[in-house]
Amino acid sequence: MILHPSVLALIAGSLLVSFMVLYSARPALQVLRKWDIQSGSEQQLILERKTYLISTLLAFVFGFELLSFFLFIFTADQIHGFFIGAMCAAGSLYVNPFGYPALLVKMANFLLAGIWLILNHVDNRGYDYPLIKKKYLFFLLFAPLVLGETILQAGYFLRLKPNLITSCCGTLFSRETSYLLTEIIFAPRIPAMAAFYVVTILAVGSGLFTFLRGKGRYLFSGLSALAFVVSLIAILSFISLYIYELPTHHCPFCILQKEYGYIGYPLYMTLFGGTIFGLGVGVLTPFRNIKSLSRILPAIQRRLALTASILFLIFAGLVTVLILRSNLVLKGF
Amino acid sequence: MKSWIDRQRNIIDYTLSSLLRRKRKNAALYIVYTLVVFLLASVIFFTHSLKKEGALVLKEAPEMVVQRIVAGRHELIPVSYLDKIKNIPGVSAATGRLWGYYYDPISGANYTLMVSEDSPLSSGRIEIGEGVSRARLAFEGDTLEFRTYDGSIIELEVSGLISAESALVSSDLILMTEDDFRRLFGISEELATDLVLRVGNPRELSVIALKIAELLPDTRQILRDEILRTYDAVFDWRGGLLLVILSGGLLAFIIFAWDKASGLSAEERREIGILKAVGWETSDVIQAKFWEGLVVSLSAFSTGILLGYAHVFFTAAKLFEPVLKGWAVLYPHFKLTPFVDGSQLASLFFLSVVPYTVATIIPSWRAAIVDPDTVMR
Amino acid sequence: MIELKDARKTFNAGKPDEFMAIRGINLSIEANKATVLKGPSGSGKTTLLSLIGCMARPTSGRIWVLGKEITSLPERFLTEIRRKTFGFIFQQLNLIRGITTLENVMLPAYPLGGAYSSIKKRALLLLDLLDIAPKANSRVERLSGGEAQRVTIARALMNDPAVIIADEATAHLDTELTLEFLEILGKLKDDGKTLLLASHDPLVYESKVVDRVVNLRDGNIAEKGE
Repeated sequence: MILHPSVLALIAGSLLVSFMVLYSARPALQVLRKWDIQSGSEQQLILERKTYLISTLLAFVFGFELLSFFLFIFTADQIHGFFIGAMCAAGSLYVNPFGYPALLVKMANFLLAGIWLILNHVDNRGYDYPLIKKKYLFFLLFAPLVLGETILQAGYFLRLKPNLITSCCGTLFSRETSYLLTEIIFAPRIPAMAAFYVVTILAVGSGLFTFLRGKGRYLFSGLSALAFVVSLIAILSFISLYIYELPTHHCPFCILQKEYGYIGYPLYMTLFGGTIFGLGVGVLTPFRNIKSLSRILPAIQRRLALTASILFLIFAGLVTVLILRSNLVLKGF
Repeated sequence: MKSWIDRQRNIIDYTLSSLLRRKRKNAALYIVYTLVVFLLASVIFFTHSLKKEGALVLKEAPEMVVQRIVAGRHELIPVSYLDKIKNIPGVSAATGRLWGYYYDPISGANYTLMVSEDSPLSSGRIEIGEGVSRARLAFEGDTLEFRTYDGSIIELEVSGLISAESALVSSDLILMTEDDFRRLFGISEELATDLVLRVGNPRELSVIALKIAELLPDTRQILRDEILRTYDAVFDWRGGLLLVILSGGLLAFIIFAWDKASGLSAEERREIGILKAVGWETSDVIQAKFWEGLVVSLSAFSTGILLGYAHVFFTAAKLFEPVLKGWAVLYPHFKLTPFVDGSQLASLFFLSVVPYTVATIIPSWRAAIVDPDTVMR
Repeated sequence: MIELKDARKTFNAGKPDEFMAIRGINLSIEANKATVLKGPSGSGKTTLLSLIGCMARPTSGRIWVLGKEITSLPERFLTEIRRKTFGFIFQQLNLIRGITTLENVMLPAYPLGGAYSSIKKRALLLLDLLDIAPKANSRVERLSGGEAQRVTIARALMNDPAVIIADEATAHLDTELTLEFLEILGKLKDDGKTLLLASHDPLVYESKVVDRVVNLRDGNIAEKGE
């Protein structure tokens, strides 16, 4: 295992987060079984107080997932030198079968925690905690993912063995495994670009429609999810090429580095932010008829839709500027 | 949105005044916290910086070193092997290298002796590193005596000191001419310590290494990248090990933080009760506690980092010297170049602020759920 | 304006020290009048005040404040109503030591999110109204009993509440200060506020400021008196 300080920090951090999630599981179960807002019994009052704790803990988990997502990629990038053939984080993550799954689960947890916080925010505005049971059920369903992330991440780091000089024979007999990132089959460029812009425009348009009219919420939410997927593919397929000004460099992680002006951060943050808000709109829509929410929900959803649209727009704007300013000229343009 | 900002501002106002009112308790926490960050920062900055220095130094190193191995041990290599090596396509240059160790009974130290290719030394003259200079109190113009392989003494004059910038690697180094070296150690002209070569295209390194292994089966080929990797790994390992050892201290810190956060004095409890009674809600109190934690964390974090930075880069990690020095007689006087980047700060953040915050969430919540009507009783 | 229907409050339910503080109270509090809850200690006055004042939830029964039912409101909303509707004056003055009079008065308004400067202005106005403006920047430890009392009244008025609740507020005051206190309360009533007091001090419940006396005993209303 590689005892890099960042590795230790990530493992320690995720252990703490798992602890917090496990700790919150019991009160969450209690809420599911015994919650009764009409009752004034002491048990109920204690449960209500506990919900403050769980909300605080989960807000913290969300913040942590955001930071650790980027730190994880950073760390993978820093250790790429230990593995023959690994050029950057993309190669490091490929070294053992835990790397990419850990990253994907981290991403999923970040999105899920964000959606949970939106649910929580709305639930708190209803005068009778209308969503509380659904909220905690959702939490209990994604809690195992958080634990899974800790395990996957630890598994990845613990199984890393750097390719070091072996005692007698130098290169030839050191662990000769090549982690060259093979040319993953990326989506062909022109269709990917078309898809990206079309879907983005549709999503933004739908979001603005929802903002103005309050309708089409499921549609917008679905389009947000689609925009997320298409944008990620777009980054792999052509956006990265323009940033690196190389027709073969598809890595989604190198754009987070200093050489490229850390442009990856605003790109990913606007994309993820827009997705969370967009998905949030859809997740809330089934509850529009609950009495205590009926007055406030539409306004909240409209704001979410507007924010999501703006974020998607910024993302597309950044991408367009990057393409236009790039010195790379790809055939066909 | 504006009202949210106003609300935070008001709560922060209360938080700051509350912190100042309990100076002693918060001062203790601040000091311990800063100390923890300081230790962590020192370790992380130090190991990272050493790694970078090593990498920088190695950048100039030859891409491949070929050494002769006899019965598992490194032996002198015939210079004639160079003929075979130079013929391999892709090899742009290859020469022999002469270097070795010399034990000096007067100072009890081991020096590294090396023949430098481009330094303009004339026969009988040497350049010495600052550690050698200190150990033998030898400066430009002085003469040093060396005992040769056959028991005779030769005298070599110090022409100058090796510049202090590379003190980390050159502290115990002595540079001399090839003739003097061979005379000192009795090595014939046909032999060298090892062979180094440079290649035109780095991608061909492994191919060339394979060829050499075939042509010269009694040699091993060491690639510079491998050295770098091993070097990095060792430093990470050492640094990581230190951190693991420090984790005991970190745990104590977390328990301390938990304790401080839970141990509300009667006065504090009363204060929170009053706040709840006059209209503060549980989440308002949690907010206040959050700001409290943030203020303490940020101030301790920044102070700890600044102190760690000063410690590592201005005093060359003085506090770690006993640990690093060991039996080294020629411990270098070095000055590390600051190599601090975002990921180090992020790691520090995860190892200090995150555990602290986690340790205080539950106690903060417990404090905040005080019933408003307790002050009425 | 405030109504209680069969309100009950039990502490430590199910445990050996179970205690029923309020046992089924039906009560109606009129607006713009001064009502006193009278009764020996342990009769449930304080608990009743905390139920009415949105500080605690009833174990059973129903409560309405200004027409809105507050029985099952979660703390967040309860507190919001309490902030806007009620101002509290306590038996122990409950001022925070170590900060100034002005800061103490401003505290209730902090979470409401108004600009700091406007909160400050209002607080100074109230201190002025109660003739203690010169003491705005003194530490509360240095105030006399009567001055401190007036500070708590100013604090209670901070969010311009419709109802003032005072729980044994005169217990530590001498006759002169008690009469002064009652005079201030009278002025507040004239300004349109509703007053709800708990007291066993005859000076209070026999005062002409008071419109109605409710007798409490063992968690029940003993008899509705005038």
